[in-house]
Amino acid sequence: MELTGAGILLEGLKREGVEIIFGYPGGAIIDIYDELSRADLKHILVRHEQSAVHAADGYARASGKVGVCLVTSGPGVTNAVTGIATANADSIPLVVITGQVSSHLIGNDAFQEVDTVGITRPCTKHNYLVRDISSLPAIISQAFYLARSGRPGPVLVDLPKNVIVGKTDCVWPESVQMRSYNPNYIPNVSQLRKVADLLAKAEKPVFLIGGGVILSNAYAELTQLAELTSTPVVSTLMGLGGYPGNGRLWKGMAGMHGEFAANKALTEADFILAVGTRFSDRTTGRLDTFAPDAEIVHIDIDPTSIRKNVQVDVPLVADCRLALKELSVIVRERYGDRDWTGTRLSWNEFLERTRRDCPLRYARTEEIKPQQVMECINRLTGGEAILTTEVGQHQMWAAQFFHCTRPRAFITSGGLGAMGYGLPAAIGAQLASPGKLVIDIAGDGSIQMNIHELATVVQNRLPIKIIIFNNRYLGMVRQWQELFYAKNYSCTDMSAQPDFVKLAEAYGVEGYRASRPEELEATLDRAFKSSGPVLVDVNIRREENVMPMVPSGASLDKVLLAEEQI
Amino acid sequence: MRHVLSVLVENEPGVLSRVSGLFSGRGFNVESLNVASTLDPEISRMTITTVGDDFIVEQIIKQLRKLVTVIKVVDLTSLSAVEREMLMIKVSADDSHRDEVMRIVDIFRCKVVDVSPADITIEATGTYEKLQAMLSLLAKFGVRDMARTGVVAMRRSMQPQV
Repeated sequence: MELTGAGILLEGLKREGVEIIFGYPGGAIIDIYDELSRADLKHILVRHEQSAVHAADGYARASGKVGVCLVTSGPGVTNAVTGIATANADSIPLVVITGQVSSHLIGNDAFQEVDTVGITRPCTKHNYLVRDISSLPAIISQAFYLARSGRPGPVLVDLPKNVIVGKTDCVWPESVQMRSYNPNYIPNVSQLRKVADLLAKAEKPVFLIGGGVILSNAYAELTQLAELTSTPVVSTLMGLGGYPGNGRLWKGMAGMHGEFAANKALTEADFILAVGTRFSDRTTGRLDTFAPDAEIVHIDIDPTSIRKNVQVDVPLVADCRLALKELSVIVRERYGDRDWTGTRLSWNEFLERTRRDCPLRYARTEEIKPQQVMECINRLTGGEAILTTEVGQHQMWAAQFFHCTRPRAFITSGGLGAMGYGLPAAIGAQLASPGKLVIDIAGDGSIQMNIHELATVVQNRLPIKIIIFNNRYLGMVRQWQELFYAKNYSCTDMSAQPDFVKLAEAYGVEGYRASRPEELEATLDRAFKSSGPVLVDVNIRREENVMPMVPSGASLDKVLLAEEQI
Repeated sequence: MRHVLSVLVENEPGVLSRVSGLFSGRGFNVESLNVASTLDPEISRMTITTVGDDFIVEQIIKQLRKLVTVIKVVDLTSLSAVEREMLMIKVSADDSHRDEVMRIVDIFRCKVVDVSPADITIEATGTYEKLQAMLSLLAKFGVRDMARTGVVAMRRSMQPQV
């Protein structure tokens, strides 16, 4: 059947099972929007292209499906770049459709022209400039295949105006096959046997889990293996929810703001099974002193993740879920009659004792403490809410104090660390999970980066709760300035700020404020019980620090603790 | 250590910038990069000479393989391979030392491709080491201009038995 480029695109989205897209119209894609008005596809109109990508990303993380967004050429693309880079850093499957000027104008500095594939090449998994409408069906199929297979990531398809309006007989490929792209999912069994033997031999083993456990839906297999072998579990920021935060083997998040016990586990371990993590500098601290006594096994779908930062003893390129599943089988076969609980008892007790002796502790004061807010949210929601976060201190408090009990419920910009992520991501997460409580944990700095999305929230009647941890500072930078720059608070005072309650009301969102500890619980409770969107401005102690802290570039055991944590 | 990588890529627009962008974006070295199509017009071969320790070269190879348009990567350094590079060099050669320059041309089995009263342009083909050796001998006469292709290389059919 003869279709326009726009028609092929929309048919392609339907074929791929897309139900919702996030976007912002413009000249180069006006024909797609024209066609869209007649298509059976939900479109969420955001207020800035960055949010279209973040929302599609939040949708993808919450649902496990590919997120799709649509933006116009030129500034539409440049605005989207932060969102694309965020998804790329955290391996989130997205298909980003961008408009482009007509083919004959490309390279002429036409109105709203940028070299989209050039700009986005380093921050996408792959990108396409469609030169010929006849290749469009194959490219759309490949884009979805690439986005969701192997190590997932954002794939961009740049559509020149003449391709969008052109017509062709549309033929869909029966399957996608690419000679240059064949990710390996199946684990090598002899390597797995080696891993099983190392795990059995180890006296102080630990599992370090990353975002790959969530992306490959490996949580059940991970939990099973951990329980089977009584092995303690620590996580990176991206791995939170991969093992229940209230599970018996859970030892907390590791890394720069990780729990003392979690970092202790990595430092003292004689065996680390790292699953779906890229050993980021925020997790490892100083590399040459990282896990000095451990034999390290690294499972990852992406060969480049292995031996990029940390030397490993057993590399295993495979899908995390399949590898863990197979590993459990092998461990049962070889060591089925072993008393795992008994052999691991002293190590587990040691870590539990360390955790008790050096917990995430804070002192209560006359002012509201941010940790207290997180504890209150945890209590009121029973750890069942879906949290999105912005980036900064509040993000770390959320990671530390929200005991995330299930996967896809802690949604945060980990690798890129993009402020302004949380609110649009909450929009995507709420649309993926209607009826669930979705909370954006925000800072007063971050929320102002994409606060215009309150309009999108209201337009779509999304009952998102936004909790602003308001310290009138760019808190994380201020903390570094306090600790490492002799309290020279250069340009981090954000005291000039709007009245967030009135601002919320101006958008049509309920606005509450909590300034004293005794108001906190009732205010949050009221917010969570509301059927509509609510913004809560919580005035917290201004100069509270995120502790513990391993200074950037220091060993994991060179940790700074708050007074009350010592 | 110097490594020669033979890389088969899809012959399509932008593939060179994907590869060169990978090297610049990740801070890898490129000593030379040569690209042209193969017998199959849909596939090009890049020959990339790079320098790095084993750790870095392993990462370079993996990162290249990760690019969606890269079909195959072979590190020829670990194999028995034939390696050649062509160099054109314009050397000052007036009457006083033209003979001496010509002797070097003979020794290295080069060809003279252009001559003027003041200089000689020499075409030389050989391994990277041979060309470096010749360059160091010619340098004292004054090199006016130089163009080189970068290394091209191919795996030998018969590999030594291990």
